[in-house]
Amino acid sequence: MRAKPLATIVSAGVSKFGRREGLYARELFTEAALEAFHRLENVDPGKDIKAAFIGQMSEAYEHQSHTAPIAANWAGLLPAAATRVEDACASSGAALRCGIMAIMSGFYDIVMVGGVEKMTNQPTPEVTTILASAADFPFEQWNGMTFPGLFALMATSHMHEYGTTEEQLAKVAVKNHKHGVLNPKAHMQREITLDEVMKSRPVCWPLKLYDCSLITDGASCLILTKPKLAKKLTDNRVQIIGTGQAQDTFLLHERDSFTSVKAAKSAAQEAYKMSDIKPKDINVAEVHDCFTIAEIIAYEDLGFCRPGQGGKFVESGTTALGGSLPVNTSGGLKSKGHPVGATGTAQIYELYLQLTGQAERRQVPDAEIGLAHNLGGSGATAVVHILRSD
Amino acid sequence: MSELHPPPTIEEFYKFCSLRKLMAVRCMKCRHLMVPPRTICSQCHSSRVEWAQLGSKGKLVTYTIVHVAPTLFNHMAPYAVGIVEMPEEVRLPSIIRTSRLESLKIGMELELDFSPRPQDPSWPQWPRYFFKETA
Repeated sequence: MRAKPLATIVSAGVSKFGRREGLYARELFTEAALEAFHRLENVDPGKDIKAAFIGQMSEAYEHQSHTAPIAANWAGLLPAAATRVEDACASSGAALRCGIMAIMSGFYDIVMVGGVEKMTNQPTPEVTTILASAADFPFEQWNGMTFPGLFALMATSHMHEYGTTEEQLAKVAVKNHKHGVLNPKAHMQREITLDEVMKSRPVCWPLKLYDCSLITDGASCLILTKPKLAKKLTDNRVQIIGTGQAQDTFLLHERDSFTSVKAAKSAAQEAYKMSDIKPKDINVAEVHDCFTIAEIIAYEDLGFCRPGQGGKFVESGTTALGGSLPVNTSGGLKSKGHPVGATGTAQIYELYLQLTGQAERRQVPDAEIGLAHNLGGSGATAVVHILRSD
Repeated sequence: MSELHPPPTIEEFYKFCSLRKLMAVRCMKCRHLMVPPRTICSQCHSSRVEWAQLGSKGKLVTYTIVHVAPTLFNHMAPYAVGIVEMPEEVRLPSIIRTSRLESLKIGMELELDFSPRPQDPSWPQWPRYFFKETA
């Protein structure tokens, strides 16, 4: 059975990712919105887009809350209903789900979903503190835990339990940087060698600087509509055929396992079932490589390989461009950058390009089915989407 | 509603720490132990819970060495944090104090200790529990 589309993506935009000195979040969001508007000339944004759901993690970077109406104002969407959605690094993945539900309910015909984060105006220890605020304060932050620290705890466990090596982690970084060179919107368009990763300074052992995603400014957005209306608007359409979200214990120490993310497995099962798609049907995937270990665990949680085999899977080349299941063709969070609130819909932006044949030098030939995997925190939130070219 | 005294709150957990007591909360229905304390059991959702004092020995389940620290911990870096498993079958996150960071190993025995509440007048005024290598 060919699954029915839940909603159709008719346009997408991202700002250039990077250190965008002198630009506020609202200005980055406008840059992403303008790309989406230019791709969709049959829609008058100020008149036709009736609601916006915008992911943003923290108001601490810019001393600014109540950010959704600001973004909607600058993007020329007034008086559209605008609401901020926050689930840490899964904020815009969750915002996309709000958009899908708004379309499916029949409440709106056309909505915008997206996300934004401005991060580089703060020094690194301050960014580390702000990011750590998405971990539990009285037990994790109070005990000196950081975000890289939480993923490092998973990495240590994975290495201990399955024999995964630091070299295998490093190979994720090398691959994603190689992909990022082909993405003009990526923060760091530079290849790195295995040696450079291995010799980079430790952040939270066993994770080193090049195992970590980048502190980046950026924004992303998508325009969604009802499947029936989509055909009248554009030929470049991508259907959303599966969505899943699940939560797990907020505190890492209460999880059943530190070598997999249960919420991601549950979210994936939900999305696979809804779309009647199996892991072997996926042609291209964007997964949440906030740290290299997270991509290895994602392969296992999404059913791309067996538990414990993620390290060998990256070594096999399957997930590199040219392999049978390219993962993070955008460069991933690792080289494209990770403006936290923007990440979820930036992953979907990449899949939109891939599934409409517009990914240029990094195009996966004949890509028809794509999957996006977006984590919040240390995996208390996971959002998975499955898309199909239309 | 739980009528437990003191109530199963995080503030009370840290008050116990200032008395050098590491306390979990036990579900009176399914016996599940929880740190942090809370009113509703995370396993069976019963709201009948009681305080249970944990022993002073634990085992290191996983760990990391933090080199890039948040502002508050910058002066301590590099330092180790990990997850410790208590024989009572409950786990908790903790700073792991050792003079030799390279000697840490998964499975090693650790001993509980406490540090005094911070002198800083800002919220929160919690003392810390931590684990260290057994003597």
